[in-house]
Amino acid sequence: MRRHLISAADLSRDDATLILDTADELARVSDRSIKKLPTLRGRTVVNLFFEDSTRTRISFEAAAKRLSADVINFSAKGSSVSKGESLKDTALTLQAMGADAVVIRHSASGAPHRLANWVDGSVVNAGDGTHEHPTQALLDAFTMRRRLGTLEDRRVTIVGDVLHSRVARSNVLLLNTLGAQVTLVAPPTLLPVTVESWPCEVSYDLDAALPKSDVVMMLRVQSERMNAAYFPSAREYSRRYGLDRDRLARMPEDAIVMHPGPMNRGMEIAAEVADCARSTIVEQVANGVTIRMAVLYLLLGGETQ
Amino acid sequence: MSEARNVSRAVLEGPDIQRALTRIAHEIIERTKGAGNIVLLGIPTRGATLAARLGERIAQFGEVKAPVGSLDITMYRDDLRLRPARPLGRTELPPDGIDDRVVVLVDDVLFSGRTVRAALDALNDVGRPKAVQLATLVDRGHRELPIRADYVGKNLPTAKSEQVKVYLEEIDGRDAVVLIKREEDQ
Repeated sequence: MRRHLISAADLSRDDATLILDTADELARVSDRSIKKLPTLRGRTVVNLFFEDSTRTRISFEAAAKRLSADVINFSAKGSSVSKGESLKDTALTLQAMGADAVVIRHSASGAPHRLANWVDGSVVNAGDGTHEHPTQALLDAFTMRRRLGTLEDRRVTIVGDVLHSRVARSNVLLLNTLGAQVTLVAPPTLLPVTVESWPCEVSYDLDAALPKSDVVMMLRVQSERMNAAYFPSAREYSRRYGLDRDRLARMPEDAIVMHPGPMNRGMEIAAEVADCARSTIVEQVANGVTIRMAVLYLLLGGETQ
Repeated sequence: MSEARNVSRAVLEGPDIQRALTRIAHEIIERTKGAGNIVLLGIPTRGATLAARLGERIAQFGEVKAPVGSLDITMYRDDLRLRPARPLGRTELPPDGIDDRVVVLVDDVLFSGRTVRAALDALNDVGRPKAVQLATLVDRGHRELPIRADYVGKNLPTAKSEQVKVYLEEIDGRDAVVLIKREEDQ
């Protein structure tokens, strides 16, 4: 394993498999009455969140605490960042406090990469702009592996707002590393221009892709990042790219439905689909804690360089 | 010019290991008055295999079925920071748990005692056994903690520089305990 986890592309197949295998064993810890392990006692993990997040921050916090690390939560609101402090000065402050790992979420793509040059500890990317979110991709892969057994040659269809999605990019890279076949489905306006260079197929037609999918992953329409009209109306988007009961019926019987959350119920996914037995949305949240424990253990549990 | 090379010598062969396990199984039955309330917990990887073998023997001789499980201690080690992060082993407790039972920890080699200390910490987090005992195939000495085994397959005097390696049929394709010595050639 490398010292940082910035991009899903940093992970070799062996690295990724090691993380998933470690998570498999750690998942058993969540079933027992004492869920704490002493492994990272005396280590400090800083959650540095410049962007709003509930599940990712709580998930990282729970993961670090279950490994007995000390957790410092830092959110940009109400900190010296709102007084104009730069990322570098914030990094140097954390460095001076002796952070062994910094979990960073930032609205600027590439912020974790810069941060990694300024601090001695490990940097974990918890989402940077529209770039990457590697632990989300890992927990998605973990959820798929638990439901489907293996990822080799599985067909994964990722649907929706790929343009603004860091989840989609990380998933495409990681799933490709693990041997799955990925198809992106989105309206042309919501696909990035560089998508041809990604290791995946691209389609505009959801109904054609559904019967050939083992996994259908719906992405949230990120209205807060949209400063222009990317589609005529929410209703039209929903009619062409939303997953409703009829479309669910067209998927193979054992195929699963995923969503990284938070969901827009009724927009990209119908409420009844989100709550059905084939939806793994709640499982993904539980698996998030487990996979982040695995990542923190593998980055911090061994010798320090 | 001198050159170092490894010289290995088998100290226990297949039948020796079988006999040692058979004796330990009898001793466990005797010491625990019929083995009716015990749980065998092996420390992965080879301890877990040995625990399974002991379980079979106890079922055969004592006519009781002793629950067998495994207890991974990686996350409890005190030397984690001395080496890169290691992959984890499997912890698999019997369905009835370990509360109020006599837990017999099973490991292949007893050396510094640090693994056993970690195992005692790990046990603490999964239940409250009535008592904890320790069975080991080989005791090679050089303890660094006040820990001793209740059941020993073979006491093996070794130098600290030597290495003891246990091979088991289920994992390695053969049964043997090998002592590896580094020798300086002239």
